[in-house]
Amino acid sequence: MTLETRYGVPTVAVHTDMFDRVVRSVAQVNGMPGLRQVFVPQPIMGKTPAQLRAYVDGRDPITGRAVMQEVVDGLTRPFTDDELGPLDFDRSTPRLVEPDTEDNLHRLFLHNRWTDMLPIVLPTQERVAAMLAHTRRRPDEIVGRMRSTHFREFWAYTVEKVAVNAVMAGARPDYFPVILALAATGVTARSSSSSAMAAMAVVNGPIRHEIGMNAGTGAMGPYNHANATIGRAYGLLSQNGQGGSVPGLSYMGNQGNGYAYTSLTFAENEERSPWEPFHVGHGRKPDESAVSVFSGVRATSFTLGLRERFWREHVRNLLRGLDPNGPPTLLLDPIAARQFVDRGGFTKKDALIDWVHDTALMPAGEYWDYQLVQNYIYPRATFGEEPWASKLTAAPDDLIPMFRREDIHVVVVGGETNGYWRIMGCNYQKTATVDDWR
Amino acid sequence: MHTLSVLDPVGFPPKVTRQAPAPRLDTLDGKTVYLVDCRFDDSDVFLGQMRAWFTEHLPGARTVLTRISSVYLHDDPTTWKEIQSRGHAAILGVGH
Repeated sequence: MTLETRYGVPTVAVHTDMFDRVVRSVAQVNGMPGLRQVFVPQPIMGKTPAQLRAYVDGRDPITGRAVMQEVVDGLTRPFTDDELGPLDFDRSTPRLVEPDTEDNLHRLFLHNRWTDMLPIVLPTQERVAAMLAHTRRRPDEIVGRMRSTHFREFWAYTVEKVAVNAVMAGARPDYFPVILALAATGVTARSSSSSAMAAMAVVNGPIRHEIGMNAGTGAMGPYNHANATIGRAYGLLSQNGQGGSVPGLSYMGNQGNGYAYTSLTFAENEERSPWEPFHVGHGRKPDESAVSVFSGVRATSFTLGLRERFWREHVRNLLRGLDPNGPPTLLLDPIAARQFVDRGGFTKKDALIDWVHDTALMPAGEYWDYQLVQNYIYPRATFGEEPWASKLTAAPDDLIPMFRREDIHVVVVGGETNGYWRIMGCNYQKTATVDDWR
Repeated sequence: MHTLSVLDPVGFPPKVTRQAPAPRLDTLDGKTVYLVDCRFDDSDVFLGQMRAWFTEHLPGARTVLTRISSVYLHDDPTTWKEIQSRGHAAILGVGH
């Protein structure tokens, strides 16, 4: 679209057929519904040159026409008025849904894909007003903007829209400032990435106790009302605030992600941690309340404690199980956190992160061959971006760090029923201050 | 029958205005067509095969195989300007 509109170059975009509805929708919301797009079978990845030549010589699986005939036509055939579409698209969003019975409204919300397929609380005006009473912010104030992927347009949402989704999730009104802070990050919990992402939210500071969040036993599971419904509200706000999360249209996660139900939301166990709280390491004061969001949240590896003899090797093995494009956040039960202090002498969290960085090593040849490294890191390396550019000089058998140091994080959570701990492959995005939204 | 009044949970989309595409070419004969690898999965291999098709079936069209400067998430004005100044058309691929 950029080449067409800004540079005046006639262009055809080639996609795999699984993305038919997505790319047509993206073209429409960017004002070019008739953008010339041609489709070939999925996948491209891993096919031989001969197999891909068959795609080129074959037919577009969507239209049934010859692929190259469509390509040539796309560059030479003038646009019709129908292809250009209307001058403006009506995209207004009403404040109220047409009144109906409770059962019919539940059916409507489900039909419109406004839910996560679990039962919701209907957002009546009374319930939404009760939610709004827990912030000093005006209902019509814009909280933020989200989109499901880089190519889509940002949608905006107000304090009232966040409240509507918070009610739907079953959140209590006193949780509302945390939910608003999550909304204010602008980080979607409903990415459309085909890698099936979810979000993770870590809450720090006094708000944890004020609203009864759980940082101990079962903190990441379905055992605490605040943890569960704050994270669910974040997810519902994301999918509705950004204008949808519909499989095949605005969600392409190939396997889906169970963490998305509650956006893996929990409080950090600051009181039992040997280190400073997560939010303090990200520019907040200890007595401030904040929430930090991570994206990705796909890969997990776990173990029990740190053994005296081979703990370094065991941790290295866990780290090697991650994709290099999904850096590690260590989620440590306090028992495991203290073992890292006792075994490794990591009295400062930074020292542990340094050690993880220096331990997660991989032969350069293997590293560069990862598909996601090829897709997202290699291009940046070839244009001189560090620290990746320096890694390009390594011989194939040289050991190089799998992750950037700044992408490695540590959070303490758990109830010390045992020393199990895990590594979550995820990307820290942002920390937002809850107190700004009280 | 008791009815309820509830609020709509959907956010506010930006206004969409029609964008004008570039004029189409009369023919590809004598023209330079850029095949732009968006560096996703094995797009480069696919576009290499498309280039071979042009050589066999439309030899009058000159093709240039190039890659975007970074990952597809970033705009790439350097490449777009090159295509604008040296080419006549572009084929981008492959969106997965």
